[in-house]
Amino acid sequence: MVLTYLQVFITGGIICVLGQILINLTKLTPARILVMFLLIGVLLEAIGVYKYITKFGGAGASVPITGFGAALAKGAIDGTISDGLLGSVSGGLEAVAVGISAVIFFAFVSGILASSKTK
Amino acid sequence: MSQTKFFQNSVFIQETASIVGPKEADGPISGYFDRKLEDDLLGQKTYELAESKLHALTIRLLLNKAKLNEKDIDLCIGGDLTDEIYCSNFAMRDFDIPFLGMYSACATFGATLISAALYIYSGQMNKVVCSTTSHFSSAERQYRFPLEFGNQRTPLAQWTVTGCGASLLNNKEGHIKLESATIGKIVDFGVSDVNNMGAAMAPAAMKTILSHLEETSRDADYYDLIATGDLGDGGLQLLKEIAKDEGIRFDKTNCTDCGILIFNREAQKVGQGGSGAGCSSAVFNGYIYNKMIERQYRNVLLVPTGALISKTSSLQGQTIPGIAHAISFERI
Amino acid sequence: MNEPNKEYLKLIKEKMPKTKHFSTIVRAFIIGGLICCIGEALNDIYGLIFKTLSEDEIKSIVTITIILITAILTSFGIYDKIGNFGGAGSIIPITGFANAVVSPAIEHKKEGIILGLCSNMFKIAGPIIVVGITSSICVGIFVLFFKGAF
Repeated sequence: MVLTYLQVFITGGIICVLGQILINLTKLTPARILVMFLLIGVLLEAIGVYKYITKFGGAGASVPITGFGAALAKGAIDGTISDGLLGSVSGGLEAVAVGISAVIFFAFVSGILASSKTK
Repeated sequence: MSQTKFFQNSVFIQETASIVGPKEADGPISGYFDRKLEDDLLGQKTYELAESKLHALTIRLLLNKAKLNEKDIDLCIGGDLTDEIYCSNFAMRDFDIPFLGMYSACATFGATLISAALYIYSGQMNKVVCSTTSHFSSAERQYRFPLEFGNQRTPLAQWTVTGCGASLLNNKEGHIKLESATIGKIVDFGVSDVNNMGAAMAPAAMKTILSHLEETSRDADYYDLIATGDLGDGGLQLLKEIAKDEGIRFDKTNCTDCGILIFNREAQKVGQGGSGAGCSSAVFNGYIYNKMIERQYRNVLLVPTGALISKTSSLQGQTIPGIAHAISFERI
Repeated sequence: MNEPNKEYLKLIKEKMPKTKHFSTIVRAFIIGGLICCIGEALNDIYGLIFKTLSEDEIKSIVTITIILITAILTSFGIYDKIGNFGGAGSIIPITGFANAVVSPAIEHKKEGIILGLCSNMFKIAGPIIVVGITSSICVGIFVLFFKGAF
C-alpha cells in the first residue's frame, strides 16, 4: 500500500520535474509544455513503452498529460485493430471522450457561475 | 535636430491627483496618494470599465482639487494599455472637454506631458490635463493569461500597477516648472522575452537620458532625482551598467525607478517591481510631486519607459522595441 | 537598425536574476506527486465503493472527479495559487489541462456566453486537443499499414 503510493508519487513527480526543467531552461509557455508532453505520451504508447510506466506508476503515469496522450494513442491502436480505418480515426477521441466532455461541461458551468477575481 | 525642447518660463504644474488600487495602497509610498481604492472593480461589471472609472475619477478629483470647471480646461491628453486605449476613451465620455488619446505603452504619461507642454508653450492653450492609467486585471488578461490560470510567475516578471495619475499643466507661474523635455526614439536591442520588459526598455531609457544630458550640457548629478518609469530592479541595474559605458555616472545622484518605489518588492511578491502606464503617472503625481513641493528634490528628471509589444507582434516572434521620454522638472 | 545587440543580450544573461532551479523543481515534484496520489487514492476508494464496475469505468469516474475538483478550485481562485507555487507540478497533470480550459471560460464570460465563454474556452488548451487527435489518427493509420506486426 505505502509502496504503491510511493511509486505513484515518484512517477508523477518525476514527469512534472522534467516539465519544470524545460520551463526553467527554455522559457516555453505552459501550452507548449502541455503539447510536448502530450506528444511524448502518444509516442511512448505507440512504441509500447508507456504501459510499463503505467504498470509501475499507476495514477502517477495516467494523471499527467502524458497519460492523456497515451490513452489517445492506445484508443487509436485498439480502434484500428478492431474496426480498421474508421477505428484509426475515431479510436483516439473515443478513448478520452469522458475527460474532454467532463472538461467542457464543467468549464461551461464554472464559466456561468464564477467570475474572475483580482489578485 | 535636437530631441530636447526647452519651455522657458511658460509651463507649470498647477495641481496633481492620484488614485491607486488596494495592493499599491499597501506599498511604501501609500501615504502620498490622494485616494486608495478598497475595491479595484469600483462596482463595475468588467475590469476595463473599472479602469475607465478610475481614470474618470482621477480627472474629476484633479478638477476638484484645482477648483476648476470642465469649461476652464482647454484639452485632456490621456492613454492606457487596453485595446485601442479603451479605458481613456470611455473615461472621457463623462467630460465636456476636448480630448486627444495617446499611446506610447507605459511611457504614455511622458508623451502626454511633452505634448501638453508644447501646446502651452506655443501659446495656443492655457490649461491642459495629462493623465494615464493601468489596471492589473485588465492588463493581465490582455497580455498574459486569464486571472484564474495557474501559471508560475518568473522572477523577471513585473506587476502591473492599478492606478491613475493626472497633472494639470498651465501657463501661470506655479511651484513646479516643466523646464525641458527630450522626446525619445524607438530603440530595439533585440530582447524578445515578453517576461523581461525591464531589459527591453533599459536601452531606450539610456539613449534618451544620454541625449538629454548632452543637449542640455548637464551631468547626471545636476538632478537630485532621476526616476525611470517601470524598468524594475533588474532593468535599472542594466540601465546603470550600459550608461557607464556611455560615460553617464549615476553614482552621485539618486537614480531610481517608479516601479521600485511603489511596492515592497520582496514582501509584496511583485517580481522586479511595478509596471504599466499608471505606474509612472501615479508615482509622479503622488510621491514625486509632493516630495518636490516639500522641497526634498529641486531638479527632477522623470523618464517614463515603454515596452512596445502587441499581442500580435510577440506571437509573430518579433523583438520588443522600447521607448523612453525624459521630462525635466524644477521646483521654483 | 534592427540588428540584435549581442553584447547587451549577454549582459542581460549575466545581470538579471535567475530562476531558482532547486526550489522550483522540488515544488514541482511535490505538487505533481501529490496530485497523482490523489488520483490513485480516488481510484482505490471508488474501487471499494463501486465493486461492480470495471477498472476502465472506475478510471473514467476518477478523471471526472479530478476535473470537477479542479473546476471548483479554479472557480474559487485557489488553483492559480497552487499553480504559482507548483509550476509544472500543477500544469502537467490533467488538472492543469482542466484549469487551462476553465480559467478562460470564467475570464471571458464578460464578452458574452457564446462569443466570450464558449469561443475562448480552448484559447490556451485548444492545441492539446488538436495535436492530440491529429497524432492519435496518425498512430492509427500507421498501425493500419503495419497491422501484421501487431
